[in-house]
Amino acid sequence: MTTSRREFLKLGAAASAALLPRFAFAQGAAPRVVVVGGGFAGASCARALRQADPKITVTLVEANATFTACPFSNAVIGGLRAIEAQQFTYERIAADGITIARGIANAVDAQARTVTLADGVRLPYDRLVLAPGIDIRWGALPGYDEAAAATLPHAWRAGEQTLLLRRQLEAMDDGGLVVISAPANPFRCPPGPYERASLIAYYLKTRKPKSKVIVLDAKDAFSKQRLFLQAWSELYPGLLEWVPLSKGGNVTSVDAATRTLVTDFGRHQPKVANVIPPQKAGRIADVAGVADRSGWCPIDAVTFESKLQPRIHVIGDAAIAGAMPKSAFAANSQAKTCAAAVAMLLTGAVPSSPKLINTCYSLIAPDYGISVAGVYQPSASGLLADVPGSGGVSPVEAPRAVRTAEAVLAEAWFRTITGEVFG
Amino acid sequence: MAAAIGVVSIAAATVASAEPPAGAAACSGCHPASTRVTSPVPRLHGLDRAAIVRAMQDFRSGKRTGTVMDRIAKGFTDDEIQAIAAWYATQK
Repeated sequence: MTTSRREFLKLGAAASAALLPRFAFAQGAAPRVVVVGGGFAGASCARALRQADPKITVTLVEANATFTACPFSNAVIGGLRAIEAQQFTYERIAADGITIARGIANAVDAQARTVTLADGVRLPYDRLVLAPGIDIRWGALPGYDEAAAATLPHAWRAGEQTLLLRRQLEAMDDGGLVVISAPANPFRCPPGPYERASLIAYYLKTRKPKSKVIVLDAKDAFSKQRLFLQAWSELYPGLLEWVPLSKGGNVTSVDAATRTLVTDFGRHQPKVANVIPPQKAGRIADVAGVADRSGWCPIDAVTFESKLQPRIHVIGDAAIAGAMPKSAFAANSQAKTCAAAVAMLLTGAVPSSPKLINTCYSLIAPDYGISVAGVYQPSASGLLADVPGSGGVSPVEAPRAVRTAEAVLAEAWFRTITGEVFG
Repeated sequence: MAAAIGVVSIAAATVASAEPPAGAAACSGCHPASTRVTSPVPRLHGLDRAAIVRAMQDFRSGKRTGTVMDRIAKGFTDDEIQAIAAWYATQK
């Protein structure tokens, strides 16, 4: 029996069950919001909801006791950072008065407005926010399944996979070949594969200089491309090679047993292979019926409410957010916009058109940072679009001091955003 | 021009204590909301309204160089800058 049902019976009213939510509201019951997923999007949203209106009862559903952040996890892979620097708990979030439901959300009933966890607990909601991040599209790249990831790590969800890739690099003899395969768009963290290649190249240059890293890419263009290519030729000549789609970069299958990556043009058998596979919205999005055939979730650009299911909002990497990239900064920005909209919708108000920001730093070396920034608003066609004339990447021509400053700002950003979300 | 800004700031002041205006919530991705975080990026809460407006206008016009703020400021109108500045000036 759900809480609202109990309240309903307690009130002894003769109203029909269909009128229950409205009736419960009229009696002053606290609106209930359930947030699924405790990453940058979900945890930010849970906290922002409490700030927007302390009357809202917020439950955050999260499977893990510890969150391991993806931003800066490439520095862990490159041996520059401890994994512990990436890890955060939910204690401060709970201290805000948010109920942390440790578990996996298994089912969503959009009509009855309930989320069911794997242990059978059923959570009723007035609004649901799904922030499930990504799932790997297992099998989309022939030969790449969960078992293969134990040999050919993706390291695209931070944690044990991050450490596995690092251990493989540490175990490799000098002179070894490292191959990274980068997927077609869209995927989590568009500059991520190239930052990773950079920091692996930094590790090789400083520790195993006879080695080499090759990026096999399913694309001919990527985020911050000119800045990466320029820095690579300056910092890692002969050590880092990028093979675009048009030069045979597209990996068509892999074989974990022989550590082989097959492209249209040939085969690669590196000592270490990092396969960044095709992705989709986290599983609960599919279960809840908010993911479309692309595997991602279409949303309203003002409220982040699903275009497929009423009263369910989707934020972060899982959402189709137009021009906004799948980044932690974007997830946090969307979470705060969504929280404000949900708080207004719960009182019957109409949310106004938002403005969102993204800033993504990438490290090419510990003291060499670059960035992309953008400002977004709903367009006439209802998608989140760049505000004309705003945004862009770091200047291509810039003194080294600018790159050093951006590396310092990148670390400051990580402290600030993790402080806001988990601190 | 001065009169126009005056009207805008009165309008902004009336909403300053309510919900953050469009764009304001995103700033704390880099500008720490918490005093516990150490960052070279300044905290905006409680800053002088006119100082925020001037900084944003100077970043936008290119009079002041920034690493990312020059690119971000170009995404905001005068009215939006006034509203954001007025809101942050009242925050603790």
